[in-house]
Amino acid sequence: MFAFIIRRITQAVFVMLIISMVGFAIKNKIGDPVRDLVGERVTADERALIRDRLGLNDSFAVQYVRFLGNVAKGDLGQSFFYKKPALDVIVGKAPATLELVFGAALIIVLVSMPLGVYTALKPRSFMSRFVMGFSTLGVSMPVFLTAIMLIYIFGVNLHWLPSYGRGETVDLFGNGWWYTGFLTTDGLMHLILPCISLASIMLPLFIRLIRSEMMEVLETEYIKYAWAKGLSPMRIWLVHAFKNTLLPVVTVFGVQIGIMFAFTILTETVFQWQGMGYMFLEAVERSDISLLIAYLIVVGSVFVMVNTLVDILYGFINPTVRIAGRK
Amino acid sequence: MKKMMMLVLGLFMVMSVGFSANAKTITVGLDADPVSLDIHVQLSGGMLQLSHWCFDPLVRWTKEMTFEPRLATSWERINEYRMRFHLRKGVKFHSGNTFTAKDVKWTFDRMRNSVDYKGLIEPFVGVAIIDDYTVDIVTAKPYALLLNMATYFFAMDSAFYTGMDENGQPKDAIVKIGPSFALNNASGTGPFIVTSREHGVKVVFERFKDYWDTKSPGNVEKMILTPIKEDATRVAALLSGDVDFITPVPPQDFKRIESDPNVKLVTCNGGRIITLQMNQERRPEFKDVRVRQAMVYAINNAGIVSKIMKGTATVAAQQGPEGYAGYKPELTPRYDLAKAKALMKEAGLENGFECTMIAPNNRYVNDEKIAEAAVQMLAKINIKVNLKTMPKAQYWDEFDAKVADIQMIGWHSDTEDSGNFTEFLMMCADKATGYGQYNSGLYCNKKVDELALAAQSEVDLVKRADLLKEIEQILYDEAAFIPFHWQNHSYAGKKALGIAPVINSMNFPYFGDLVVE
Repeated sequence: MFAFIIRRITQAVFVMLIISMVGFAIKNKIGDPVRDLVGERVTADERALIRDRLGLNDSFAVQYVRFLGNVAKGDLGQSFFYKKPALDVIVGKAPATLELVFGAALIIVLVSMPLGVYTALKPRSFMSRFVMGFSTLGVSMPVFLTAIMLIYIFGVNLHWLPSYGRGETVDLFGNGWWYTGFLTTDGLMHLILPCISLASIMLPLFIRLIRSEMMEVLETEYIKYAWAKGLSPMRIWLVHAFKNTLLPVVTVFGVQIGIMFAFTILTETVFQWQGMGYMFLEAVERSDISLLIAYLIVVGSVFVMVNTLVDILYGFINPTVRIAGRK
Repeated sequence: MKKMMMLVLGLFMVMSVGFSANAKTITVGLDADPVSLDIHVQLSGGMLQLSHWCFDPLVRWTKEMTFEPRLATSWERINEYRMRFHLRKGVKFHSGNTFTAKDVKWTFDRMRNSVDYKGLIEPFVGVAIIDDYTVDIVTAKPYALLLNMATYFFAMDSAFYTGMDENGQPKDAIVKIGPSFALNNASGTGPFIVTSREHGVKVVFERFKDYWDTKSPGNVEKMILTPIKEDATRVAALLSGDVDFITPVPPQDFKRIESDPNVKLVTCNGGRIITLQMNQERRPEFKDVRVRQAMVYAINNAGIVSKIMKGTATVAAQQGPEGYAGYKPELTPRYDLAKAKALMKEAGLENGFECTMIAPNNRYVNDEKIAEAAVQMLAKINIKVNLKTMPKAQYWDEFDAKVADIQMIGWHSDTEDSGNFTEFLMMCADKATGYGQYNSGLYCNKKVDELALAAQSEVDLVKRADLLKEIEQILYDEAAFIPFHWQNHSYAGKKALGIAPVINSMNFPYFGDLVVE
């Protein structure tokens, strides 16, 4: 077991090295960050001097080794745009993204469960057909279109909801780490449209998933037995059938939440939501390469860590995993 | 379910009514927020806007392109090299310090240390203090644009920026990347004080109680600036009432804004010319003046202005717009396809040729669409252009490397004067002198160089204008570049905002003077 864990961790470190190297390899292709820092009048020589001072003219190997040395000391570099340590910038933007994903997940859970169950139970009713038709539309509509439509309907035409940003936020822990929009009316109003947009990609998928799983379960022997036993329909549907539907749904949900983080880039851009996705896109545009690399490292390490942990847990639960790895 | 929905929506409606803004607080949505509070860290439009909100220059441009006294109350020429400025008395900095001549000198000396400003102030020898409220600005050569340049002389609070900060770094250090005192602290004489700032999220300005300009009609007590980069979101934010003012306004949304009774659109002529440069070294065909002329004749720039820019630009045939010293009204746009074809035939190239072109896709208004239109127009005279567009972050390196035969560039004159265009875009490219820094077409005409240099030190403004007009005529005749248009500035805001009086062709909205009904 110990050998297995060591092997997994070595692999994880190796993956991180590759991620950082890929990040470094693309950074020269993104553009010259110095261009964004100076006015148009500044001469090429002056720019070269600045590049020199920033160490951007050194060879790939020199820059990479210096970078690894700094990372070992916990320094992921300075963001050119924010003029702050890149890690601070990323950590500062994370709450906004987490809240957006949380809000969207909440909508998905609250809406997909009743609708999924209903469409499974009454597949031929008008309401079910409507929901299924609508979900097909939802699946095929790109998230930025949904977002812009929502802004135009509820923000511009009806004036009901704000159209951009996070609104009023409050300091959750009193130490400036986490500003939340969930505790103010204004903040909540600002959350509605972005959360709906983000949820709109996953919601139809879950309605369909719950529906098909539920329909399958309803056909099984033990449900027929429950009917024969004369249990009340509510008890059969919710306790016996729905509970068993949830197992695969929860597994998929876990995977999809991760994917949803990726989709935040589009949602955050349209709503100018000050989260990590928007920050990433802006950094690409400004060729803020040190921030980009730090972002890749942070996101990469989160994924690698989660996967390594899961693998190790699997090893504990299922011995065949670690035996297969032993050879 | 339906009732529930109605209830929830009704609730939101009631809540949103509660958000109507205080009359004297305005929310402004711009495409970007200032990169720093240190006005010398970068020479860019955004930083100059900030300079006008928190600081004051010696003189500033008016809407009519005349000079308005600010920190200088009057000025006179002592001789060809020297101009005397009499400074305003009783002006306070935000810190409470009193503004005097030493602040003018101190700020000038600080510009010397800024990579961005030092090129701009190269013609100057320095600032000489005569007494507490009189300074002389001295140039190395006779210099006609001294007053134009005085619009860049913002006064910083020398006492406030002297000393060491908590990191042991001098407070006046100009730092591009990383922390500095001036990055987050500012003390100027301007109408607004920055009270809070989260870079990329928002900046809050509050009116300076002891602002010297008590005659200013401005009544904005608090201004909240939020950067909204996405065009569609910025327009939506205005239409939904989340912000009171936006700029720039994307041309495709002009109709929408004009049709909305709650908001208004204001546009203003700008001085940024959009052009194509034809590289004569990469393409021998471009050495032939007839080919270059044919290309200019083939470009329907009036059509581009009306179709792509939706009328928010002025069709150009020369570098400087109307109102600039070198503007020559006789030089008119010359779209004429038949003539273009004839010229190509004359040059023996009626079957055309193939060439490459690059253009940015997020630098100028509709830059990519303009480039695509140009490709189609040039195809009509059998010049097949392979276009590549890219974001500005990658564009300028490619531009400098002259990777394509035709390259797009837009230029706004730093001095609001015609000479600047020629110096950067049309003079023979020369690393040693620095002229022609953005002349990627490698057009080179000794006569143009001579005239441009003569104009620099000609103090007689009438003679100088003649020199500049002659340059424009030569460039026109030789079709040295393909002109498109001068981009207009566009602003939109709620009806209560008096936008028109505070905007100008430099795109420095003077929010200190903004009147909100």
